[in-house]
Formats: sequence, C-alpha cells, structure tokens
Amino acid sequence: MLAALILVLAVGGLLAWQAERYGANAPRWIALMTLIVDGALLIPYFAGGFPEAGVWLDDIRLHWIPRFGISFHLGLDGVSLLLVVLTIFLGLMAVAASWTEIRERVGFFHFNLLWTLAGVLGVFLALDLFLFFVFWEIMIVPMYFLIALWGHENRAYAAIKFFLFTQVSGLLMLLAMVVLVIIHQRDAGVYTFDYFDLLQTSLELNTAWWLMLGFFIAFTVKLPGVPFHTWLPDAHTQAPTGGSVILAGVMLKTGAYGLLRFVIPLFPETVADFSPIAMGLGVAGILYGGMLAFAQSDMKRLVAYSSVSHMGFVLVGLFAWNALALQGVVITLLAHGISSAALFVLAGAVQERIHTRDMNRMGGLWTDVPRMAAIGLFFSVAALGMPGLGNFIGEFLVLLGAYRVDAAMTAAAALGLIIAPVYSLILIQRAFHGETREIHRIRDFGARELALMGFLIVATVWIGMYPQSMLDVSDTWLKNSLRGWGEGVAQPNDSQPPGERLADRGEP
Amino acid sequence: MITTTDLLALLPLIVLSAVAVIVMLAIAVHRNHRLAFLLTVAGILISLITVPLVSDLVPRLITPLVLVDRYALVFTVMAYAAGLVAAVLCWEYFRVREGHQEEVYLLILTALLGAGVLAAAHHFASFFLGLEILSVSLFALIAYPLREIRALEAGIKYLVLSGVASAFLLFGMALVYAETGTMEFAVLGGRPGTFPSVIGTILILVAVGFKLSLVPFHLWTADVYQGAPAPITALLATVSKGSVFILLLRYGLESGVFRVPVVSVLLALIAVVSMLVGNFLALRQNNVKRILAYSSIGHMGYLLVAPVAANVVGGNLAAEALLVYLAAYFAMTLAAFGVVTVMSPADREAEELDDYTGLFWTRPWLATVFSVALLSLAGIPLTAGFIGKFYLFAAGSQGALWMLLGALIIGSGLGLYYYIRIVFQMAQAPAALQARPEARPVGAHLVLAILLLLIFGLGVYPAPFIDLLHPEINVPKQSAAQQ
Repeated sequence: MLAALILVLAVGGLLAWQAERYGANAPRWIALMTLIVDGALLIPYFAGGFPEAGVWLDDIRLHWIPRFGISFHLGLDGVSLLLVVLTIFLGLMAVAASWTEIRERVGFFHFNLLWTLAGVLGVFLALDLFLFFVFWEIMIVPMYFLIALWGHENRAYAAIKFFLFTQVSGLLMLLAMVVLVIIHQRDAGVYTFDYFDLLQTSLELNTAWWLMLGFFIAFTVKLPGVPFHTWLPDAHTQAPTGGSVILAGVMLKTGAYGLLRFVIPLFPETVADFSPIAMGLGVAGILYGGMLAFAQSDMKRLVAYSSVSHMGFVLVGLFAWNALALQGVVITLLAHGISSAALFVLAGAVQERIHTRDMNRMGGLWTDVPRMAAIGLFFSVAALGMPGLGNFIGEFLVLLGAYRVDAAMTAAAALGLIIAPVYSLILIQRAFHGETREIHRIRDFGARELALMGFLIVATVWIGMYPQSMLDVSDTWLKNSLRGWGEGVAQPNDSQPPGERLADRGEP
Repeated sequence: MITTTDLLALLPLIVLSAVAVIVMLAIAVHRNHRLAFLLTVAGILISLITVPLVSDLVPRLITPLVLVDRYALVFTVMAYAAGLVAAVLCWEYFRVREGHQEEVYLLILTALLGAGVLAAAHHFASFFLGLEILSVSLFALIAYPLREIRALEAGIKYLVLSGVASAFLLFGMALVYAETGTMEFAVLGGRPGTFPSVIGTILILVAVGFKLSLVPFHLWTADVYQGAPAPITALLATVSKGSVFILLLRYGLESGVFRVPVVSVLLALIAVVSMLVGNFLALRQNNVKRILAYSSIGHMGYLLVAPVAANVVGGNLAAEALLVYLAAYFAMTLAAFGVVTVMSPADREAEELDDYTGLFWTRPWLATVFSVALLSLAGIPLTAGFIGKFYLFAAGSQGALWMLLGALIIGSGLGLYYYIRIVFQMAQAPAALQARPEARPVGAHLVLAILLLLIFGLGVYPAPFIDLLHPEINVPKQSAAQQ
C-alpha cells in the first residue's frame, strides 16, 4: 500500500510524459488523476482511526541490499500521514496552478512534477536510512529540471545553486549515516540501515556531536535555516509557479521532517546540548528572514524570505522538544505549506498577467483584479499570524512551548510576530493599493484559479478553527516521541503534558 | 610444471590470444572491415563464455607469474565487456572514415590481453609484461587516425610519458629486487625492505600514477583524451586505468607496501590532490572530452580511497569497493564516450559543449543516455555511480580516512557543477533544428541501451552483483606467516 503511493506517482509521471503526443491537456489531466488516485489511497488510513502509541499505521519491509542490511522499509505514522496529505494536496494545487503557465514540453514538466512529489513522499515514508537518502536525492533531480527548464530569467544560476547546496549537504549526511552504521556494526556485529535498529546505537558524546552535525546541516539547508538559506530566494524566485509551490509548500518540510524523525531521536543527548544553538539559529532566521523579506521589491523573493522567517519558528519549536512546541511545529508545517503555496500561486498569476514580479511596477491592481487582491490580502493576513487562521495556531503553540525552555530566546522569536505584519502588509500595499503606476488591462482570477484558491482558503481556515483534527492524527507520534525523552533534557517536565489538556478540551 | 588444469584456468587469456592471431591472419588474407569486426566481437564473446567455465578452478597459481582468482576473473569480464563496447563503437566510428580500419580490432584485442594479464599478475615480470602489452597497443590506437594531427600528437605524448613511466617502473623493480632478491609479490611481503626498496616502491608507484593519471602525474590526460578517437578514449579511460588499479591493489596487499607508512601517506596525499585538482580543472573546460578527462582524474582519486583503506579494513572490503566502483565507472564512462562517438559526424568529433545544445529536443535518446551517464558520474542515487560512491564511503569511514572523505565530498560537489552544466546545455532550446544524421548506427544504440540498463540495474538493485563479490572475493593479504 505504501509502496503503491510512490509507485502511482512514478508511473503517472511516465504516462504524463508520454501522453504529450495526444495534446497538451493530456499530461495535465493525467497528473491530476494520478494525484487524486494517490489521495484516494490514503483514505483507509483515516477511516481506520489512530492506534495507541508505538503502533505504526502501516509499514512494509523488503530486502534490498542484504550485504549492508539495507531494506526497502517504509512506514507511516501520524506525522508522516499529515505531511503526505499535504504533499498530495499541494501537488494538486501545483498542477492546477501550472495549467496555463506551462505551454512548452508539458509532458516532461508533469513528469518532473510527479517525480519530485514521489521523492518527497518517499522521504516522508522511508524508515531505512539508505532508502531515505535515496529519496532525499531523487527529489532534487526533477526539481532541478523544473527550475532549469521552465524557470525565469536567471534560472541556470538558481537551479545549479539549489542542486549544489542540497547535494553537497546531502553527502555530509550520507557520510554521517555510514559512520553511524559502522559504529552500530562494531557494537552489534551486523550492518543495518534500519531506523529502529540504529535508534539503539550508543554513541560517544564526541562522535555523536559530529554525526548529528552531518544530519543537521543537510536538513537545515533544506529547511532552510540561517546561514544555509541563500539558495532559497533564488530557487523560489526563478522556479515556475508549480515548482515554487512544491518547493515552499512541501520540500522545505522535508528538512523539518528529517530533524524531527532522525536528528532528535537518533542523538538525544547531543541535541540537548545543541538546542540553544539550534534555537538561536531559528530565532536568527525568524528575524533576519523577516527583515530581508521587507526589503525585497521582487514579489516572489519577498514570499521566499518570509519562508525563511516562518521556518525559523519550526527550528525553535523542534529544538524546544516538548508537547506544545511540537504540536505547534506540526501545525506550522501544514499552515505554512498552504499559505506560502497560495502566495506563490498568486505571485505566479500576477507574473503571468503583467510579466513582472517587480512590485515597483505594480500598484493599484485592486481596481483591476479585485478577486486576486482580496485573496492576496487573505493569505497575507494568514501568513502574518491572524488568530483564527492556521499560521497563528502553529506559531503561538511554538512560542508557548519554547517559553518553557528558554524565555529570552522566545521573547526574541516573538519579535517575528511584529515583523511579519510589516512585510506581509507591504506586499499588499505595494502591489494592490496606491496609485496605478502602469496601465494594466488584465484578467482577474477565473473559475479554475478561484477553485484552487478556494481549496487553499478552506484548508487555512480549517487549520485555524479546528487544529485539533490535525493534532489528533499526530498525537500518537507525539506521545511516542516524547516518551523516553529524559527529564533533564531541555524541558522541565510537566506532570501532565499540555498536549493532553489541549486534546481534552478540543474533543468535539 | 604446467598441468592441463592450469591451462584450463588460463582459458580466458589463451582464447583471447588465439582470437588476436586469427584476426591478424584474417586481415592478412582478406582485408575487410566487417570481417575483422565480426571476428573480434565473436572472439571476445567466446572469451567471455570461458570465464564461467573456469570459475570453479580458481584460485590457482599458475607458475609464479600469474594468479587466476575470482578477483582477477571479475575484472577480466569487465575489461572484456568494455573491449566489446569499444569494438562496437569503433565499428560505427571508423566505418564512416577513410583509411585502413581493420587493425584497430587487433590492437583492441592485444590491449585486452594486457589488461587480463595485469589483473592476474602476481610477479614483477607479469606486471611489466601486462603493462607493456597494454600500453604499446594503446599508443597505436591513440594515434590510429594517422592523418589527424591531434591524434598523432596525443599518441606521441602518451608514448613518451608511458616510456618514462616504464623506465621508472623498471628501475623501481630493480631496486626492490636488489634489496629483497625476489620479484614475487607474495614473497616480497615476507621480506621487509629497507631504504632502497622503499625508494623502489615509490618509483613503482610513480609509474602507476602515470598510468592512472593521478596528480601530479596527470599532465598528459586531457590532451590524450581529446586527441584520441572517442571510442579509443573510452577504452583508455576504462580498461587501461581499471587494470592498473586492480594490479595496484593486489600488489599493495600481497607485498605489504601499503603498510609502509611513507607509502600510505603518499597515496592518501595523491588521492586528495587528485580529487581536488582534477575536479577544479574540469570546472573551466568547454570541451566535453577534456571535461571527462579531468573528471576521470578526480574519479581515480576517489578510487584510491579503496587501496588506502585496505590497510585498516582488510583486502576483501577494499577489493569489493574497488570492483563495484570500477564496474560503475566502466558503465558510465563507456556510455558517455559512446554518446560522444555516436554524436560525431564523419569529418570531426562532437566535443565542444555547443555541439550538445538542445540535444534533448533534437536527439532525445542520446541526450537521455548522456544525462544518465553524467548523473551517474556525479553519484546521484538510483544510478551505478552512487552505489560505487557509497562503497567508497563505507570503506573510507571504516578506515577512518576523514580527510579523504572530506575531499571526496568537495570533489563531488565540484563535479556536480560541471556534469550538470552539460545536462543543462542539452536541455536548452536548440538554436536551430539541425538535420538528423542520415546514418542510424544500430549497433551503437544497442550498446548504449545495454549500458543504460546496467547503470540503472547496478544502481537500483546491486544485490546480485554484490553477491558475486561478497564474501567470495578474496585477495590474500600476505604476511610473513604464510611464507
């Protein structure tokens, strides 16, 4: 079943590529249908309810390279389920958003899109470190092509930068993995890349520190955290709309996922020492990203830097590692995925119409395109953390959780909530309000785009109004992760985890 | 005394020698390009078939000169297969060019013979003989298009430098012999040498460094790669370097020279420098053959991780890593040069980066093969190159060679840049749709398809190939105890 999730996308990609000869719309429909089928495969997991801690919703394990104890091991638990759903949902949005934008080599475009998504799903599902690494790298190649072939004016530079950053940091991770496996082999006598076996490895503190750093850098590059974020504004800006949606909405989440699935469970003691640094980097990202976002005149660049800022919250929340903060991280991942995807779709739509992303040349668009402007306002407000919408819940929970760990750091992070409105509103101000600088006669959102945005709006409101439905899904994972986490580590242990209280209150 | 079983175990080499003679006679009797080609292909295939037949007889020491074992046989198969690919590419390449083409196949066969001898060499004499058979064939092959000034230049360069390297080699061997009184690798291991023999060993390694184009002995590489005909470059890059590497590991392990601190430090240093310099020099090239030449310097540096690690991790893992990486390297290098060959029109070679602009839209099949080969060279997962790199990581980290692995990561990062640059060039919209060449070289396309399958096969499901090597591969790590 889990393998089918990935296989469907891979096969669909090949079909879409070949379908180009039957007309430009064929690949689009095939991609859409593929994603819908993939989504349908997920329904049983929701229907079945969520079992107690320690039980995985589904897993599959096949031998792959027995020489090194490598297996094809996929597993699904609450948090991966949520991210898989997000991936497929945003995949649909990306296909819809590219419907008119991509006119050349449509088949190959959708092939790359679907294969990127297949790689991302693999990352969210893999429970074998080698397999994880394979998927981690696999998703980069089609994304490279998306940027390099259908990107904007400076695409060659952006694409190669993206590739180099992620690949080289990935090799560091591979090295760390191999060393971890070898240390495990010296203790246990067998090679294994299996996640659960490697969790048992006992490491010297010094070694663990280096290994953790290898993983941490790879994931922080992807997240992205300051100072490894410089590939992101270029890649996001130059990518076609569909690519930006996948990049910001889904791919950044793989970094966060890697941190929460691998780095923290594999190296708990080291992470405890390291958490002030990581949280510091997170806070730096929040503030620095926010300030840079404000300074941009390129619409997509602004949104890209705002991602750096929002992902800073994720980093802070992850390394605070308590129930509240982790719930906040999960919600932030989902909410940011949706809101940033929406803003990139919007920016892409504007660019498709007036052929520029430069906000100096916009202004006064509200009168021309009231629907676009209103939707833009909605998502800007969502991104800045308006209560009632998804992002607010996530960031609020992160701050609440982090406060218990490090009050000073949290206070600094909270400043991000002041910067966010500034850059979010300046976007609206410069693009849609004010005087019309250039005369535009442009088309407003049509039915397809309205439907697309409608879905995203519903999702944002849902997360904002009823986050408990998401938290229920990830609850098992959460309890499971926190169990066995030593008392002295990073958090003053509550007798009753706040997550429980929230769960009780939120029960319908 | 050589017994029948000994001769049987030598079948892969004997058959190949016979084929070389037959091809030579056939050319003398009736000069025909097609005939020579077909005889060669059939001969290599028959030689390949003999390998599984003899695999039960090994390991077998036949005279002190040659040790036929699984390690040698696996490489022999790889080398012969590479020779087959090179022969097919030569057929497509020389078919449309003028001149007498038949001797190319003869020379390919003798080069393969040299490689086979090197793979099984167990003695300085067979080491030198194998190397010379291989090198002499290669001079002639490189300079084969007699009227091409660049090919001639490349041939002369390779000849001179190879000659110098052979001189180093012989002098080194002489020094070692003077000190220890033996030329057998295994016996050498039991007689720890002193100062002159260490110098001798280093001279031998210098010669090996020339052959493998390791920095600082790499200066010939780019010119020779560029000047030689593309299919010959493919042969040079794979068979010649691979066999010398196979020999290096065996020599190092059996004679124990890797245990000499000076040698292992020197090797590690050469490895790091090769990885970095090779990849750096490739960055600024605009000629595809030169890019591949410099990248091969980097790859030889990566490969050195295996011998350097052999001290700590033991010969078996090192041999396994070496063979896996070589198999991957063979497949992807042959595929890359195969594309260059097929792309080349009759009057010149398609070697400029511009020749590849828009290839995805004009000749998508070739572009796909080339991209896969390049991505594999860059070590992207699901391709053979990644499995090879993974093995090097495994061997290197077991041996705790952090500096080498750090250089490997940096080198791979640099490598990615220039490999992707070619892929990007191919993905650009073509300036104008060039007319497709009229000839459709079926054989070359078939070979490319097989190589593509191999690259993916080895990358996606390497288990069968690894089973072939592990745990049976057994390179004796000789010590005094065994004497």
